[in-house]
Formats: sequence, C-alpha cells, structure tokens
Amino acid sequence: MAMKIGEGKFKENVNKNIEDTFMRGAVASAQERLRTRRLDAAEELGNWEEWRSHGEEIRQHVLNNLDYYLHELAENLQKRGGHVFFAETADEANRYISEVVKANGGKKILKAKSMVTEEIGLNGVLEEEGCEVIETDLGEYILQLDEHDPPSHLVAPALHKNKEQIRDVFTQKLDYKMTSKPEELALYAREKLRQEFLSADIGITGCNFAIAESGSVGLVTNEGNAGLVSDLPKTQVVVMGMERIVPTFEEFEVLVGLLTRSAVGQKLTSYITTLSGPREEGDADGPEEFHLVIVDNGRSKILGTEFQSVLQCIRCAACINVCPVYRHIGGHSYNSIYPGPIGAVLTPLLGGYDDFKDLPYASTLCAACTDACPVKIPLHELLHKHRQVIVEREGRAPVSEKLAMKAFGLGAASNPMYAAGSKMAAAMMKPFTKNDRISNGPGPLKAWTEIREFPAPNRERFRDWFKQHEKGGGEQ
Amino acid sequence: MIHYRDSFLNNVARQLGRSPNTSVKPERSWQFRPQDKTLTDRNQDELLTVLRDQCRLIHTELIETTSSKLSEVLEATVTLYGGGPISIWQDERFTEFGLDTLVNETWPARYVEVNEWRAERGRENIAQAERANIGITFSDITLAESGTVVLFAGGGKGRSVSLLPRNYIALVPKSTIVPRMTQAAQEISRRVQAGETISSCINFITGPSNSADIEMNLVVGVHGPVKAAYIVIEDR
Ligand code: SF4
Repeated sequence: MAMKIGEGKFKENVNKNIEDTFMRGAVASAQERLRTRRLDAAEELGNWEEWRSHGEEIRQHVLNNLDYYLHELAENLQKRGGHVFFAETADEANRYISEVVKANGGKKILKAKSMVTEEIGLNGVLEEEGCEVIETDLGEYILQLDEHDPPSHLVAPALHKNKEQIRDVFTQKLDYKMTSKPEELALYAREKLRQEFLSADIGITGCNFAIAESGSVGLVTNEGNAGLVSDLPKTQVVVMGMERIVPTFEEFEVLVGLLTRSAVGQKLTSYITTLSGPREEGDADGPEEFHLVIVDNGRSKILGTEFQSVLQCIRCAACINVCPVYRHIGGHSYNSIYPGPIGAVLTPLLGGYDDFKDLPYASTLCAACTDACPVKIPLHELLHKHRQVIVEREGRAPVSEKLAMKAFGLGAASNPMYAAGSKMAAAMMKPFTKNDRISNGPGPLKAWTEIREFPAPNRERFRDWFKQHEKGGGEQ
Repeated sequence: MIHYRDSFLNNVARQLGRSPNTSVKPERSWQFRPQDKTLTDRNQDELLTVLRDQCRLIHTELIETTSSKLSEVLEATVTLYGGGPISIWQDERFTEFGLDTLVNETWPARYVEVNEWRAERGRENIAQAERANIGITFSDITLAESGTVVLFAGGGKGRSVSLLPRNYIALVPKSTIVPRMTQAAQEISRRVQAGETISSCINFITGPSNSADIEMNLVVGVHGPVKAAYIVIEDR
C-alpha cells in the first residue's frame, strides 16, 4: 500500500521521533508559525465563520452531485482536446499513466508536489519502467535527493530537516560547495532544476480543484513549479482525487482563498494556474498533449457513509498545525502520507483498519482540528466514530488504546512526552481554552473516557495534568 | 477521449444512493455569500491603496505613473533591474500605451536585447525567455486585495514570459484593478457561460516565486522570478 511510508509500528515511530529533538522543535515552531499566520489571515478577512460556512456548503453540494460535475468536467475537457481517464484503483491509474509515458517515449519526468500521486505510488511504478522521476517542489526535491526520505508535513514536507542536513545532502548528491544559507541552497536548486525543466519529456502535477464548467484544473503553489511543469514538457498528465472539483470559477475562487489562508496564511499564494486542456493552435509553450486522470482508489466507498464529510477536505493542513498530538510525535509517526487529524481519519478509510487502526487513537479529541478546518469537517467526531466502528462493528480488540495513550503521555510518567509536559502546555492549552472547552467540564475528557478499558488511574492523571498545565498556560 | 466514465460514475451514484445524474444541472443555492461584501464598496482610488499596501507584504515593488510617463518609468525600472535581455509579450497594448519607440528604437540603440514572443518561432521563444533577465507583460485583471496580476496566455502572450526570466515586471492599467479574486472569477465564468473559449492557461501571479521549505525561512526566486515589480498606469 503506497500510503504507508514506513515499516515501523505507530509506537516505535512515536518513540523514535520523540527522540529527535530537532524534529520536535521544528515541528513545534512550524506549527506555531503556520497556525498564527492562519489566524491572522482569517481575522483579516473578517467574517471568517461565514467564509467557512460557504466553503462547507460548496464542498457538500459537490459531493452530493459528484457524478454530474465529473461528467461535465470530462465533457468540457474533451472539447478542449484533453484526454480523460477514470481510474477506480491506484493500479488502473498507474497503468494508464505508464502507457502515456511509453507512448511518448518519455524518459525524464518532472513532477510538482501531489498527494494523490504519492497515494497511488506512481513514482515507484514509473521508476520501475526505467524513467527518471524528479520532484520539483523544493521540499520534495530535498527529500528525494536524500534517498526518498518520506515527507512529514503536507505543506512543508522537509520540515524535519535542518539547513545543515540539507547542505550535506546537496554536497553529497549535487556537488554543492557553498554554505547552508537557505538563499544559496535555494538558488543552487533553482539552477539544477532549470536544466531538468528544459529537458523533460513529461510533466505530472496534481490538482487542487478542477472546474467543471470549463474543463479546467487549478494548481496552487508558491514556487511556481507547477506552472513550469505544465509549461515546458510536451506532454502533461494531471492526477486528481475524484472529489477535488468545483462547479464554476466562482466556487474555485472561494476554495482557493480558504486553502491559501488556511495553509500558509497568505491571501493567495504566488502562483495559481488554471489549465484547460493542451496548448491552442498558435501557442509556442504549454503541453501538446493533455491527460487528466481522475482517481477513486477507495473514495467512493466513503461516499454515502457517516464519513462522507472527510471528502470535503481541501488538504490545507490547518488541522495538523493545531494538533497537540502531531506536535509531539511528528508527521512520520503516522506512518502514512496523510499525517495529523486528517490523516488519522482518512488513512484508515483508504488504507483499511488492518494497517492503520492505531491512528484514530492518536488524538485527544480536543476538537482543535475541527475548529481550524476551513470547510468545517467535524474531524474529532469522525475520529470518535472510527473508534466505535473499530470496536463495535469490526469487533476488534482496542489493544492500541493504551499504546496511543502512552504515546500521548498519559500512560507513564517516564514517557518523554510527559516529562516535556510543561513546555508544551502553553501551546496545547490554547486551542482547548480558547473555545471554552475546559470550563465546559469534561469535554475532551469525556470523549477519552468513553473508550472501553480506559484505566482509571490514567484518567486521574489526565485530569491532574490538565489542571496543572492550565495554570502554566501563559508560559512558553 | 474519455475512458471508463460510465462505470465510474454509476458507482459514484450507487454510493450516493440514487441513479446517475449527468443531465440535470444541480441547483446551486448558497446560504452564504461573504464575497459579495468583501471590498466591493471601494472605488478605484481606494482599491489602489489596498493594492499598494498589499504589495509591501508580498515583496513586490509598486510604482505609480501616468501613461505619458510610462515609457520613462519602464526604462528606469529595467535599468534598475540590470537591463536586458528582455522578454515581452506580442501585445497591442505596448503600442496603445506608447511603448513602441522604447521597445523598437531606444533599447536596441543601447544594445538592450528585446525579444517579443512570436508564436511562429516555436521553442526558440522559450530559450529566449529562459535567458532573459527581465520578463514584461500587461496585467489583464489586477486583484487589489491579494496584489495579484491575472494573465490570459495564448498566441503572442507566452506563458513563459512571466515565469522564466530572473525578474518580472507587470504593467497594470489602473482600470484593470478589481477588489479581489471574486471579480476575476465572475468575469471568467461569465465568458465560459457565454460560450467563449477561455485561455488554456490563466495565471494568477502574486509577487515573486518563493518557498519556505528550508527551515521555514522565506526564500524568493526558487523557480520563477526572484524579483517582481508592478507599474500602475493612470489610463489615458
Ligand atoms: S481536514 Fe480540514 S483542516 Fe485538515 S487538511 Fe483537510 S481541509 Fe484542511
């Protein structure tokens, strides 16, 4: 399963990542920065709640009418000369893309960051076919150079690496001779990647939102790499999750605004590009051949169920940036390309409970994620639902509970996370107290204790711990 | 070509608990429309103020001028950015705004290389844009709130001109300024609904290319331009 990014078990990953002090510091400060920026951006817009509600109603409308809009999208893209392939499985998608690559004699493939291509494991498939696949998003490029180190954050994938580590990777792999200054590193990468752009045969991108009325796909980046990937190679392949679609440009605009504000706290990112099929007659750049691959890969099974709202997700990572558990265990612990609260909900649905049943327990159900979500997905409720399903419907023993509790620092006083408690308290309490959840009595606590077999002493400790850190809420 | 659409959509509809609908346009009746009251009460001068403030946040130089001074101002800006080679769109607005002398005489006389995007030259255009120190285009729609120029590419308006050169200058007629992306989206959607063929590539560009992928430090110019300037022109 390509969603998996490690062999370790959740607990081992947690412990390993907790020992990595840099990673933890980096995660915490990035979380803080992205979170603050998001709050600023939301405030600036004014009536943020209204925007969220609008985002939510658009996403719900689209999911409920998905067949109509996908049909319209394909119809309009075909009119513009594009090819559309509907893939029910990862395999089908990969096979089609391999064929397109082969038919075009493609050897060098440039990619702009795309979660769905990670999800279906496309790079591996293409590499097996003898292609060179180059990620062009700076963060992904760094990870790829470093022997396919998996990403740890949706928006900032190389978050767990410091600049010296990045310099070392560049020195080893690219014959880099300068300092670890971010500007120098980035400029060097720019030059290296430019050469690749100019000689690539095929460009592959994801799709933030497709636009049904015009048969377009929309790409959102800060680096401008998606623009280059779709501009220079002769053939372009766009891979989209089937739910990433809007009716018209008007809804596109609303969701892009919610995405950029929630993901990076910007009003808009530097580059937003809409592509409607191949270049036109008389154009000298842009792809001559354009393929859109629409991927199901387990998504339709979520439609019409109590988990449908998870498909509203626009992959902004706001929920990750407020998650106290993510802060302490880091992205790699989730063992999935989708980390944090959204990952804990989505991964078991796409990848099955066999591999990922621990994930719904990697949460305090504190609801910070739900409050942050720009399209109002009730994430903590969905996590809770997972737990019910695992125990009641699947009849599985909730063995992972204790593990997950422990990982969160509730299990044993010797747990490093527990020891680090006071430092993380301020940041952790913010989302809780802000929404008045603590004074509401056992809001989050109740959710925890509803779980069968939750040991009483731990419950006591959790309460003490909460109290103790509530006092220290101002420090950090 | 469309492959496997029917079976795919049948399955989607089945999951939704109904038969497939591919012909009846779903009714969109939104309860919320915050975009209708965001910056919509500003006049053109007030929008320019919004744009000016925003440019400070996105590392973008904003220069204001009149159409009679434009040629001078553009020449000075180009010199400031280190001169040629320059890549520009083939676009009648260069003539309309009185830039022909600058482009065809002044610059060449000073050995500043200027390359106009000519579709018939094919990939050579890309090589020129790649070598260029500065790319210059007009803005088709300008978004005050986010500091964004919207470019409709196609024909003589190559996509690469705003993307490949080291520096980028957008010429912004003041009349192109609208409150925010909402108005651009409405205009594009109107054209689609009217049956027009929209540009196969529309770029919404907000300042220079940047990345925060190294320890969350903002670095400009990762793939696209390192520097960006907007020259706002009081229309004639
Ligand atoms: S669940 Fe919501 S907050 Fe989390 S990534 Fe998706 S849209 Fe963003």
